[in-house]
Amino acid sequence: MDTSFSSQKEIDARERGGLGTERLEVAFGPHHPSTHGVFRMDVVLEGEKIVSLKPVFGYLHRNHEKIGESVSYLGIIPYTDRLDYLCSPTSNWGFVLACEKLAGLEAPERAQYIRVILAELTRLVNHTCLAGFLAQDLGAMGTPLMYAFRERENILDLFESLTGARMMVNYFRFGGCRCDLPEGWLQGVSRVLDAYSKFLDEFEALLTGNEILLQRTQGVGVLKADLAINAGITGPCLRASGVNYDLRKVDAYGIYSRFPFRVPIGEHGDCFDRYMVRILEMRESIGILRQAVREIPAGPIMDAKAKTRSIRPKAGEVYGRIESPKGELGFYLIADGSPSPYRYRIRPPSFINLTVLEEMCLGLTVADAVAILGSIDIVLGEVDR
Amino acid sequence: METPENILARLQAAFPSAKIELLPNGCPSQPPSLLLDPAFACEIATFLKNDAALRLDHATNVTGVDWPKEGYIEAVYHLFSMEKKHGPLIIRLRTANRDTAVVLPSLTPVWRSADLQEREIFDLFGIKFEGHPDLRRILMWDGFKDHPMRKDYVAPDDFEYEPTAHDDVLERAQQHFSKNA
Amino acid sequence: MSVLSDSLIEDLKKQGVLVTSIEALYNWGRSNSVWPLQFGLACCAIEMIAASMARFDLSRFGSEVFRPSPRQADLMIVSGTVTKKMAPQVVRLFNQMPDPKYVIAMGACAISGGPFKQGYNVLKGVDRFIPVDIYIPGCPPRPEALLHGLMELQKKIRAQKLTGENRAKYFDAAQPGEYPIPSFGEHDLEPSKNAALWSPAQVARKD
Ligand code: SF4
Repeated sequence: MDTSFSSQKEIDARERGGLGTERLEVAFGPHHPSTHGVFRMDVVLEGEKIVSLKPVFGYLHRNHEKIGESVSYLGIIPYTDRLDYLCSPTSNWGFVLACEKLAGLEAPERAQYIRVILAELTRLVNHTCLAGFLAQDLGAMGTPLMYAFRERENILDLFESLTGARMMVNYFRFGGCRCDLPEGWLQGVSRVLDAYSKFLDEFEALLTGNEILLQRTQGVGVLKADLAINAGITGPCLRASGVNYDLRKVDAYGIYSRFPFRVPIGEHGDCFDRYMVRILEMRESIGILRQAVREIPAGPIMDAKAKTRSIRPKAGEVYGRIESPKGELGFYLIADGSPSPYRYRIRPPSFINLTVLEEMCLGLTVADAVAILGSIDIVLGEVDR
Repeated sequence: METPENILARLQAAFPSAKIELLPNGCPSQPPSLLLDPAFACEIATFLKNDAALRLDHATNVTGVDWPKEGYIEAVYHLFSMEKKHGPLIIRLRTANRDTAVVLPSLTPVWRSADLQEREIFDLFGIKFEGHPDLRRILMWDGFKDHPMRKDYVAPDDFEYEPTAHDDVLERAQQHFSKNA
Repeated sequence: MSVLSDSLIEDLKKQGVLVTSIEALYNWGRSNSVWPLQFGLACCAIEMIAASMARFDLSRFGSEVFRPSPRQADLMIVSGTVTKKMAPQVVRLFNQMPDPKYVIAMGACAISGGPFKQGYNVLKGVDRFIPVDIYIPGCPPRPEALLHGLMELQKKIRAQKLTGENRAKYFDAAQPGEYPIPSFGEHDLEPSKNAALWSPAQVARKD
């Protein structure tokens, strides 16, 4: 055998000419531990390189939109919990926001603060879990995810003592919130926050500087800003590519204009930036939460105009959007004067963030595709709805 | 952002032969939408995206709406601008009818974000997007024949007994039991 | 175990003599190392993960070894909504698991379709295609509920007989270990249920 290769390039060329690689099709999912549920990718490999990747959706298509057309506006709120089941308060908020625009309601001060507190707690839960899952996908089986879920439990305890449910809070109402904070709840939030900053330091010491994590994520799955904008990518994925677009700043919905937080921006648009943007966002969220806990006023939690629990808006249409932890979560509603919407459409951030998955993965290996998918942060309930 | 009325006037000046209409919105706080001529949709979309004052580079929400009484299916696009941080401008396209002429031009070449969402509309509403790079079913399986988000779709009758019974669900349950009695 | 009475066994145990039967020993071993399939479908899967994490610690019951491959798993926790598009895959995974195998239907969706029962793409209960041993109601069931379900399953395993008339089904070669996989039809799954396995509950109606 001739072993006098002069360069890697030559080896590659000879291999291609001499042996030729057969294309290998890999059906990745829907049952695969690192597809975060029942997502599927049809991958074509040449050697180890991905030459084509087609996402296949629909394994969790639960017909949210069709069902939404037959239940009342109020009845949709529990369904929104189950959209992005890691962060139900923000899904609630998106829907309630759209309906409030439609019905001309506005939540009073106290309710606004409660909403911000819940939404930012959700962001903490989501981003922590994401970091844990990402580490899991990179091969750190167990430890980081254990830490993430340990912290998540503390926040879920808060949710539970407020709303009665750990995951599916079903808490926001048109023009306010369902019930007032129980006694001592805000102190509980402060306690969790104190512990959380420490936890984040610990978590970062474990992960951020880690050689393996750096090697597996830096320069992997680069997404350029112009492609990201054109493809409708939103949320941390977009900001990791260097675009400053955070709906909490742009739309300043609710009372976000009162919080002087910074929007972390990435530079390279690779997996590491996507990871890092989220870590930094969590630190900002802690700041927002501290301020909200400090400033929250006493008062009613429901708009006095909201006479009934459900609404029955006049014909018209509305698009309401919020910055969910995964990106722009929008709700498009067409009302026709009946108790349920004529058309109920969810603009799912994690679904649209997958638009350019193929471009991000081309030329890389399957292991990189796993890291990329992990860093995009999808949740299947929202992808397939 | 400019008012939709203003944009309409500018579009009419730029595309004199295109039929563009302003559709009012019943909800007072929300903007009206522009109904575009499908024949010019791609050019108008490119115009909206590149116009220096508008720069609507972010097509967020693309969806279909079925109007059986009026006899057409609509595709609705919500446009925002990430650069100028304004929006939304809502544009709509309408098919000629609901069964034979359900073709609309695809705006995916202009906004990639419409890619998966137009596929979803094709799957659930049955609008065929001309010029879409990869128009296949996305949520349902390939051999599926119906378009379930249409208002006249009838789901397969596979309830075993009465589900939460009210309104049309109750009706369905009653039909089921009278059939299987 | 009919030769020795239970109280005698207890007494012997106190003296440091352990008397047991092969059956009890075998089932004890199996029930304490139920390896679930790492298989999450929807929201309930998050609670399943939570159950295996720090606070709830599924490993106390010997079940923390989530197996990504069905070939190595004993237990399928159907945690979440089974859609019609997913149903053939679920059945296929179940078929690939070696006997003895068990199924836990976790959550309202897996039991009956739950909140999404009226969906056109939602399978109204996973028991239409595969046999279910334990049903855990809830939306989502709390991790404690999953632990309880697992303990119930352990009880069930411990009660399985190795010999005799009512020995466990999986010893019977005539019993199906695999179930037919539905195919995608033009409007629905074909068939839409496994008639040999499941028939609708009968509701007594007055009118
Ligand atoms: S039972 Fe509830 S929590 Fe579980 S998968 Fe179904 S909707 Fe989600």
